[in-house]
Amino acid sequence: MAEKKNYYKIPETDDGTILFNVPFPEDLKQLKDMAPILIKQPYHIDYLHSYGQDSPFFAGLANGKLLSNKCPKCGYTYGTPRMHCMYCGTECDWFELPREGYIHCFTVCHFGSEEFLPETPFILILVEWPEVDTLFLARLVDVDPADASIDWVGMKVRAQFKRLSKFKPTDVYFVPA
Amino acid sequence: MPDVYVVSGGVSKFAKARPDRTFQPMVKEAYDYLLDDIGLDFTQAVELVDGTTSSYFSDHFGRQLMGGAMATDYLGMCPKHNKRIEGGGATGGLNFQAGWEGVASGRFDIVLTYGWETMSHVNTWKGNEFIALASDVSFDYPVGGFYSGYYAMMVTRHMKEFGTTVEQLALVSVKNHNNAFHNPYAQKRKRITIEDVRNSTMVAWPLTLLDICVMSDGAAAVLFANEEGINKLEKATGRSMKPTKVIGVGGGMDAMRMADRPHGDVILLPHEKAEDYKDLKYPGVHSFRSGRNASKEAYKMAGITDPINELDFVELHDAYTSSEIQTYEDMGLCKYGEGGGFVERGAPFMPGVDYGYDLPEQGKIPVNPSGGLIACGHPVGATGLMQAVFGHWQCQGTIADHFGDPTLQIKDAKRGAIHSHAGTGTYVTVSILEKGF
Repeated sequence: MAEKKNYYKIPETDDGTILFNVPFPEDLKQLKDMAPILIKQPYHIDYLHSYGQDSPFFAGLANGKLLSNKCPKCGYTYGTPRMHCMYCGTECDWFELPREGYIHCFTVCHFGSEEFLPETPFILILVEWPEVDTLFLARLVDVDPADASIDWVGMKVRAQFKRLSKFKPTDVYFVPA
Repeated sequence: MPDVYVVSGGVSKFAKARPDRTFQPMVKEAYDYLLDDIGLDFTQAVELVDGTTSSYFSDHFGRQLMGGAMATDYLGMCPKHNKRIEGGGATGGLNFQAGWEGVASGRFDIVLTYGWETMSHVNTWKGNEFIALASDVSFDYPVGGFYSGYYAMMVTRHMKEFGTTVEQLALVSVKNHNNAFHNPYAQKRKRITIEDVRNSTMVAWPLTLLDICVMSDGAAAVLFANEEGINKLEKATGRSMKPTKVIGVGGGMDAMRMADRPHGDVILLPHEKAEDYKDLKYPGVHSFRSGRNASKEAYKMAGITDPINELDFVELHDAYTSSEIQTYEDMGLCKYGEGGGFVERGAPFMPGVDYGYDLPEQGKIPVNPSGGLIACGHPVGATGLMQAVFGHWQCQGTIADHFGDPTLQIKDAKRGAIHSHAGTGTYVTVSILEKGF
């Protein structure tokens, strides 16, 4: 009788792979009919995202100012920061956007990406200003999402700022003016 | 520049999930169909194909970098040239044009393209998060990154600007689902009504679940050749090829952030006049300037000046019912602002199919006879190639053979357009196919 050897064993833990399926046939010929094995693979990453040249916009939000860029050469005025003009390539200057604008278009999101699902329903709008050439994406609050109507397009809205800045574009949001 | 032909194509069944296969054998399913359709052996193809291009949209969905290399070795195409093509929703359409370029440039006689996506490996809302990362992560994604929301904003502007109605949007869904009823490759094959669409779950006002395409697992493959390549294939197989000639290609781009889109003058197609649009600020967010640019370029190359009368069908990128209506206009099938009425009158419906509605212009220019993305599914890297395969079969007149049902064959189809589209109209491609035998 062969001596039974005690091989080293890795200590067991109670975490591990979640198995959804493990059938196995008696006959190996049946392996091709076997159901697939699905395993859970968690994937979490922290990115150090730099706002780079757009950083003053976020500093502005923290100080109650909605900033954007304007081209000193061709005069094109952006509703969302862009450090170099799309039309002439010139480096832009900073300016302060008006507090009040109008809804150019909108939607009510009843679903969303996983990150924003807990916030549904939320309202997205593109804000327009008569004297600005492009738009700005923001959330609209203080209206009932159930009242969504195409009549909302053109509504006058006013920027408000979070007191405790999170340095996200949602530090500014809009309410009916 | 040599003439470039599509010689064969194949599509895997699009499904919500394909846990039975990793992506490589799924690509091989489409590829095997492509080979079988022209009677070419695997080993003959290894010998004859000069190079390959592969496409998939998202590294996140697969959690696999260099999937292109893995699909290429699975098909036995090493050690020849391969490159991966990526451009959001238009990934497949861009890959189609990359395959075309490989032959048109004179570099290769025969090029194989393949594309796929496996979107079932994450839940729907994580999938939406991955897709939304294809928007500016400083300014757009953090505000509520959700592509259905972005497109819904575009359509509320279209509705405001032009009076487009939600019932008109719903009709697109009715058409595409009912068409797909006759397409065995489609993921969603059902007969629905306008009420079904409007009563479906609201996702992003005014778009409901049935206004929006679904995520899919699937693959597609297309084989390109010049005349020399066709000679080689005919010699190897002992068969005559029934190719489809690619007579036009076009592309376009727009700013990733919708907020950055300008408000200027309409880019005109040959059959339009500036006074048609004297009060319209363009493209804003109601229209896709990239789609117009791609159409203009493709039509010019193909010599098309009156698209609705010179095309027999269009397979276009209907990720949303709204974007199908917007794309009728970009492609000049009707004027800007008239897309709602265009579908309401039945112009883009298949002739001879009963949709349950009175459609006075039914069959004028069938759009998405296959059922489009809304019903076939949208495995991103495969989608634009799927359109090319269905377009190829339409021009060949072989839809009945491939679908096992003649309903969706457009009678005497000679020429059609395929249109692929990414992220709120960033990348767009249009390619024109013509019967080549």
